[in-house]
Amino acid sequence: MSPVLMQGDEACAEGAIAAGCTFFAGYPITPATEIAEHMARRLPQVGGVFIQMEDEIASIAAVIGAAVGGAKAMTATSGPGFSLMQENIGYAAMAEIPCVIVDVQRLGPSTGRPTSPSQGDVMQARWGTHGDHPIIALAPASVRETFDLTVAAFNFAERYRTPVILLMDEVIGHMREGVELPDPAAIERIERAETLVPPEWYKPYENLPSDVPPLIPFGQGYRYHITGLHHDERGYPTERLDEINPWLERIFRKIQRNLSDILLYEEDGVEGARTLVVAYGVVARAARHAVRMARQRGRKVGLLKLQTLWPFPEEVVEQAARSARRVIVPELNLGQLVLEVERVVGRERVRRVNRADGELIKPSDILAAMA
Amino acid sequence: MRPQRESRIHERYLRHTKKFPNIWCAGCGIGIVLGAIIRAVDALGLDKDEVAMVSGIGCTGRMPVYVDFNTLHTTHGRALAFATGLKLVRPEMKVIVVMGDGDALAIGGNHFIHAARRNIGLTTIVVNNATYGMTGGQYSPTTPLGAITSTTPYGHIEPPFQIAELARCAGAAFVARSTVYHVEELQEYMTRALQKEGFSLVEAISYCHTTIGRLNQWGTAPEMMRRLKDDSIPLSLAERMSPEERAGKIIRGILADRDDLTEYTRRYYEEVVQRARREMEWIVPKSVLPVRAVRE
Ligand SMILES: Cc1ncc(C[n+]2csc(CCOP(=O)(O)OP(=O)(O)O)c2C)c(N)n1
Ligand code: SF4
Repeated sequence: MSPVLMQGDEACAEGAIAAGCTFFAGYPITPATEIAEHMARRLPQVGGVFIQMEDEIASIAAVIGAAVGGAKAMTATSGPGFSLMQENIGYAAMAEIPCVIVDVQRLGPSTGRPTSPSQGDVMQARWGTHGDHPIIALAPASVRETFDLTVAAFNFAERYRTPVILLMDEVIGHMREGVELPDPAAIERIERAETLVPPEWYKPYENLPSDVPPLIPFGQGYRYHITGLHHDERGYPTERLDEINPWLERIFRKIQRNLSDILLYEEDGVEGARTLVVAYGVVARAARHAVRMARQRGRKVGLLKLQTLWPFPEEVVEQAARSARRVIVPELNLGQLVLEVERVVGRERVRRVNRADGELIKPSDILAAMA
Repeated sequence: MRPQRESRIHERYLRHTKKFPNIWCAGCGIGIVLGAIIRAVDALGLDKDEVAMVSGIGCTGRMPVYVDFNTLHTTHGRALAFATGLKLVRPEMKVIVVMGDGDALAIGGNHFIHAARRNIGLTTIVVNNATYGMTGGQYSPTTPLGAITSTTPYGHIEPPFQIAELARCAGAAFVARSTVYHVEELQEYMTRALQKEGFSLVEAISYCHTTIGRLNQWGTAPEMMRRLKDDSIPLSLAERMSPEERAGKIIRGILADRDDLTEYTRRYYEEVVQRARREMEWIVPKSVLPVRAVRE
C-alpha cells in the first residue's frame, strides 16, 4: 500500500477496524477524541456500531456488554476517563471478557494539561482497579506502531480472554507521520474461540488445559451466567475456597505461561552495552536519538524499547542489562515503570530521568544522565 | 403446544442445578417480581436463547442467577449501560434489565435517563423497595420523607424520586407501575413492556420489610403487603382525585405508551449504517466494500 499521512489516533482507529473491531463506545476527551470521531465515521461503513455514551463508566460497560454479545469492542479515553473506567475494567478481568481500552495519556493529576503528553497512567493501568488480577498493557512509539499494537491488543484480548490496555500519549495520538499500512490480507486476526461441547456441558470458566476456556457469545444457545462475584466453573457465585483459588491461579497462569507471545519489545545494541536505556512511548524516540549521539562519541550504549509494559518484562530487562553498569529510565512521570526496572536490576545501577510538567524529555536530558 | 400449567413453569425457567434456595429474605417481594417476569416471558412464548437478563448489584441484582436465560450480573448502577452494548450487537435479543431503586436511580441515575432518552429497546424493571436492601437499609433516592433508615437516624429530609414519572419525562416509550400485591397486573405490564420495541419501564413497588419496614414499624411482611393494597389506587381513579386526596398514594397504571418513537438500534442500523454505506459507495466501488452483513 502507498504511504499515507496519518495521525496516531487515526492509526489506532484503523488498526482496530483491521483487527475486526465492530463496536466502539466512548465519551469525548482530549487527546483521544479523534479516535472516537474516526470510529463514528468508519464503523457504520463496515456495519459496526459506534455510540457516544453518557460518560466513560457507561462506555466501558457498553463495550463489555457488546463483547458478551460476541463483538470485538473498544473504547478510548484519557486520564480522567480512564480513572472512571477502573471499576469495570476489573469486572472485565474478573469475568474474563475480551475488550480493548485505549488511554491516550495527558498530563495529570485531575484535569491537568489536556493537550500535553504524559506517561502518568502506567501504574494506573496496572493497579487502577481493586483486587489482584493480571492485565496486559501496550505502549506504541510511532503512528505505525500504534496501528500494529492496536491489532495486537485485540488479538491478545481474544486469545487470552482479558481486557487489554493500549497506553498511548498525547504526542503519539496527535502526531502525523507518513505511514505505510500493511496489506489487510496479511494482518493476523485472532477470532473468538469456539467450543465443541453442547450447551449442557459448556462451562464458561472451566479449568481447561489451555487455561483459556472459550467464551460463547450470548444468544447462541449456550445460556449461562456471568458475574463480577467470585464464581465457579459454571459462572455461578461461590464462596468456596476450592473454587476461588483454582480460578485465581488460572487467570494468572494464562498470562504467565504465554509471556513469549505477549512480551513485545525492540533491542538495539544491548549486547555488551555499558549503558542501557530503557524507554517506551514517545520518550523512546528521544532515547533513540540520545543513543545514536552517544555512540557517535564512541560509547557503548544499548536501547531497550518496551512495547509491552504489563506484564512487566522482567527477564527481558534483566538480560538486556546484563553487561550494563548503568541503566537509564527516562519517563514522562516522576518515576513509575522505573520502580519495576529497579526491582529487577537493583537500584544501584539505575538512573532516572523524569519530567511531569507536560514538556518532553529531550535527547540531551538522556545524554546528560549518561555522563 | 407448550405446557401452560403453572406448576411446570418453574421447571422450565429456573436453574435447578444452581445452589437454591435463593438469597432473599422470607417474605421479600423480589421473588414475586421474578415470577411475574417468567410468566410474561412464557405467555409471549419467547425463546429462552433469545432472552438476556442483565442486572446491577443489590438484592434485586441477584435475580438473573436463578433464571435459565443468558444472564449478566454487572456492577452497581451500570446494568443499563452493559445492556446497551449487548442490545446494539444483538438487536434480535429481548434484553431485560432488573435493578433496585438505588442501582437504577442513585449510582445509575445517569444511565437510566439516557437509556430512556435514546429509546433503546431494553425492558427495564425496577424493584422499588424504598431503601438499599443489600447493604442493610440506608436511604435511597425513593425513601419517603421523614423515614428512619440506618443513615437517617433523625428522619429523612430529602424528597423521593418518582421513578415512573422520571422515565416518562426522559422519553421512555412504555412506562407502568404496580406493586407485588397486584401480581396479575404486574404480569400484564411486564408482558406489554416486553412487547414494546423501544425503552420500557415497569416499576414494581415492593417495600423491604427486613430493613426500612422494621425500622419504621410498617409491620410484618404480610402486613406490609396489605398496605400495598390499601395505599394504592389505579391511575384512572387518581386522575379524578385532587392532589390532596392523591397524596401518599401509590398510583398504579400505564403512564406512557407511545407509538411515535423509533427504537434506537433499529434507527442505528436502518439510518446510520445505511447512510454510511451510501457515502462509501460514492468513494469506493461496491465490490471493495467489506462483506460483513448488516444486521437488520
Ligand atoms: C460502586 C459500589 N458502591 C457501593 C456498593 C455497595 N452496595 C451494594 S448493593 C447497594 C445498594 C443496594 O440497593 P438497591 O440498588 O436499591 O437494591 P436492593 O438491594 O434494595 O434491591 C450498595 C450501595 C457496590 N457494590 N458498588
Ligand atoms: S433485605 Fe429487603 S429487599 Fe433484600 S431480600 Fe431481604 S426483604 Fe428483600
